[in-house]
Amino acid sequence: MDTRLTIVKRAVKEIQDGMNVNLGIGMPTLVANEIPADVNVLLQSENGLLGIGPYPVEGLEDADLINAGKETITTVPGSSFFDSAESFAMIRGGHIDLAILGGMEVSEKGDLANWMIPGKMVKGMGGAMDLVVGAKRVVVIMDHVSKHGESKVKKTCELPLTGLGVVDRLITDLAVFDFTDEGMVLVETSPGVTVEEVKEKTEAPFIISPDFIQS
Amino acid sequence: MSKVYNSFAKAVSDIRDGSTIIVGGFGLCGIPEKSIEALRESGVKDLTIASNNCGTDDQGLGILLANKQIKKMIASYVGENKIFEKQFLSGELEVELSPQGTLAERIRSGGAGIPGFYTATGVGTPIAEGKETKEFNGKTYLLEEGIVGDFALVKAWKADTLGNLVYRKTARNFNPLAAMAGKITIAEVEEIVEAGELKPEEIDTPGVYVQRVLLGTDYAKPIERLTVRKA
Repeated sequence: MDTRLTIVKRAVKEIQDGMNVNLGIGMPTLVANEIPADVNVLLQSENGLLGIGPYPVEGLEDADLINAGKETITTVPGSSFFDSAESFAMIRGGHIDLAILGGMEVSEKGDLANWMIPGKMVKGMGGAMDLVVGAKRVVVIMDHVSKHGESKVKKTCELPLTGLGVVDRLITDLAVFDFTDEGMVLVETSPGVTVEEVKEKTEAPFIISPDFIQS
Repeated sequence: MSKVYNSFAKAVSDIRDGSTIIVGGFGLCGIPEKSIEALRESGVKDLTIASNNCGTDDQGLGILLANKQIKKMIASYVGENKIFEKQFLSGELEVELSPQGTLAERIRSGGAGIPGFYTATGVGTPIAEGKETKEFNGKTYLLEEGIVGDFALVKAWKADTLGNLVYRKTARNFNPLAAMAGKITIAEVEEIVEAGELKPEEIDTPGVYVQRVLLGTDYAKPIERLTVRKA
């Protein structure tokens, strides 16, 4: 199984029946495909829709109906449209149960960097900074180690931050961590991954949960 | 005096060099195509534009950028545009990045007569630099300022002759907020009906916010990412 699929399949377990969920652009969007049929959730799109449906059947696409990634979509029964201020009122006001976002770096204190790399063209943060402070629970999914072999789980983020102490749970291809008052806690490792390997590939210090699960 | 204009050129003719304009739309969805084209034809320059995005290289606000009419852009995401990158790196274009929810609320506030508000969004990040902070219940918030435009350009689905507006699906996005925040709001629509033909319950933007209404035809409605499934 490729690492993206490992991460996505683990991330979908965070979604519970009845939740209102915002999935970020990129890998988090793939989580939608894995939601079990008996789990009823409303997916929020910050451009103004609660209740995203599947991609439209070829030929039935509608330019006036897109998601935050600018992809053509459909709606599910019970969905609603609203303007951008209302959309972020529901995000910032704590009405969205869960946000799953991508990450570039996460620190041991739960700081997140995911919007800019100095020296590269700045594209903008979109709605990420609002989502991380507003959603009831923030789950970040990302590769554990960069293409250059560096740990993306840091003592301190080197990249400019998206939010300070905002991450509740981090899911990587190797492990799952929670961020608590006691510090960063290892709660699971992926199948075939040892705690030693996680330690080796994690710059940030962490403690091991009493409920630790070796998958 | 009727709010209905027949000419886009006339509707934008008092937009001058250096004006601040709030523009509705998200990506290329729900953008005021015809008013943007009329602005390009008018050739006004040194514009400050507040809009979530800045179009693509050849569509939406991108055509004003290509024509070097924009001096400053206030936006949350500008990653779809190479001309933007070029003008930004050369220093021709000034950019103020604002988180999407903050931008939406800044425009809404501007239109609602609220000069500033506090939000937790952006605390501890580069966008907090230089901004006043305040603690509420032990948590830090940033002071963000409302935005008012000399003009606003919005796209709606239908209007009546009094400027009441109805939007379609996710083409609503920033448009109702832009409509509120323009001192003069120019709304372009796909259908204009007589006052009374829209039900009061279905009106999204009351006509009080809208000064000019125009019927647009032949909308391109470009799709940025066509995603479909097999039937």
